[in-house]
This record gives sequence, structure tokens and C-alpha cells, in this order.
Amino acid sequence: MPEAVLFVVLAVIAVAAGVAVFRTDSMARASYALAVSFVAVGLMLLQFRLEYIGVITVLMMVMEMAVMAIFMIMFMGMNPALMPMDMVHSKKLSAGAAIGLFLLLTAGILLADWPEGRSNAGGDLTRSLGEAIMEPKMLVMLVISPVLFATMVSALVLANPHGRYSAYPLLPAEDADDDGQGHEQGQPGGSGGHAAHGMHGTDGGSGTSDGHGQHHGGGGHQ
Amino acid sequence: MTLQLVLIGAASLFCVGLYGALSQQVVVMVMMGLELMLNGVILAAAAFWWFLAPAPDGQVLLLVVIAAMTVEMAMGFAVAILLHRSRQTDMTEMASDLSG
Repeated sequence: MPEAVLFVVLAVIAVAAGVAVFRTDSMARASYALAVSFVAVGLMLLQFRLEYIGVITVLMMVMEMAVMAIFMIMFMGMNPALMPMDMVHSKKLSAGAAIGLFLLLTAGILLADWPEGRSNAGGDLTRSLGEAIMEPKMLVMLVISPVLFATMVSALVLANPHGRYSAYPLLPAEDADDDGQGHEQGQPGGSGGHAAHGMHGTDGGSGTSDGHGQHHGGGGHQ
Repeated sequence: MTLQLVLIGAASLFCVGLYGALSQQVVVMVMMGLELMLNGVILAAAAFWWFLAPAPDGQVLLLVVIAAMTVEMAMGFAVAILLHRSRQTDMTEMASDLSG
């Protein structure tokens, strides 16, 4: 019984923090809320005696959310605690899809004939995981390793400002013949707020470059 | 604690993440939605492992899901940086060149 109460408390925290990610006015707070959600799920995994998985989930996600908060502040360029934001589209459609799927999943969960009783997992589960990935499941790790390496190489190639993609800026088709208006620093459309978001809408088309992938419109990030 | 209870919690997380992934305009917020969805998948997989088949195979599946989250985050940040550098934006609407 105490296990169930603890699980419900953790589940409520995880879901509430997940909702807070999309309700809060601050992107940094959204990152922290997501970290809280992951920590709650990591603690739930510990309840299943998944010590290794639970601990790496908590450690990895806390660090990841810290990095994500830095990215948020870099991209948004605003005081994350003071600048309200509500940058959503298709709000009703998204909410309808999410609620509909939840009802469908819940119905399936409640109507399915699940086996009763507790788990019979015993022994040293972390040791059994280690033995599994070093013996019968080694192929899984052998596949994951090159995937992670390829991810690192791909991420560096994409993110490198002097890489192969720097010479081919991703210009929108309608902006390709633009004379560059609107990407001057201090432009009225861009300086009054977040320049990147100022581009979104009818005053768009200002996301042009000088031909080398270097931009000047970012001065409007406030 | 029952399997149904855990799965309902996982479904809640997944659906909250789905709402975020569908509704958010900022690329990084979309990634947050995807992360929440995978969070729910991890919880559901752990519950299936614990209640139905407590063999090491289930733990290996969880490791694969966590690796998928890592790959998603790394590539998402890389694409976000590329998008930001080339278009000075972080909005999904500014990267809809391939839309019909």
C-alpha cells in the first residue's frame, strides 16, 4: 500500500510537471519542469528495482535539461523569468488529439485482461542486465554504438558554422530573391522584440543572409 | 500498485507530450514534447517488464529507448542550431519548405 501511494504521488508530480512544461511563461522554467518530470519517472523506475536504468535516467535527464535551458536562453535571447510566451499553433486540434488518444489508451488499459499479481523478478537485476548486454544481447549494443557515433558526427557537421552547410543557407523559396530588407540591425520589425519571432507572420521574409550564412537580424533578441 | 495504474500514468505523460509536440512552434519546445512522450514510453516499458516479463531483455529495451532519446536530443539541437544560424529563427513555421 505505501508503494502504491508513493507511486501515485510520483505519477502526479511527473504529469503535473509535464503539463507545466507547456503552461509556464518561461522557457527555462519549462526545462526545469521537464527535469522534474524525468526525476519523478526515474524514482518510479527505482520502485521497480530498476536501479541502473532509474539512476541513469535521472542523471542524464537532469544534465540534458540543464543544457536545454542554456539553449533556450541562447535561442530566445530574453530574460527567461520575465518574458511571457505563448507560441503555439493548432491548440484545439492538438488538445483534442491528445485527449482522444488518452481516452483510447485508458479504455484499452482498463478493458484488457491483464494478469494479476506481483512481479516475480528476483536476484541482482543490474547484474543480469550487464550479463545480458555482454552476452546474448550484445548485438543491441553493437548497433547502438555506431548509431551514437554517427549521431555525434552528424550533429557536429550540422552545427559547425564553417561546415559544408554554411555555404548553402536555408533560404525560404519566397525569400530567395529578396533584396535583404528587414535583416538590418535595429529594423523596426525586429528590434521591438524577439526578431526571430517577429519574422513569423505577415512581416516575414526577413530571415535572409548575406550569402555566407552569417546574419544580422539577431540583434532584435530581447 | 497495479499494471493498470502505471500504464495510465504512462499514457498521461505520453499524451501531454503529444499535445506539446503538436502544438508548440519553437523547435526546442517540440523536442520537449517528444521527450515527454518517450518518458511515458520508458515508464510503460518498465511496467510491462516488471509485471509481465521480468527478464533482462526488457531492461535492454529500456536502454534502447534511452539511447533513442539521446539521439533525438543531439540531432534536434544540431538542427535547431543550423536553423538558427541560417534563418535566425527557432520556429517550425520557418522550416516548412518541404510541406506540400
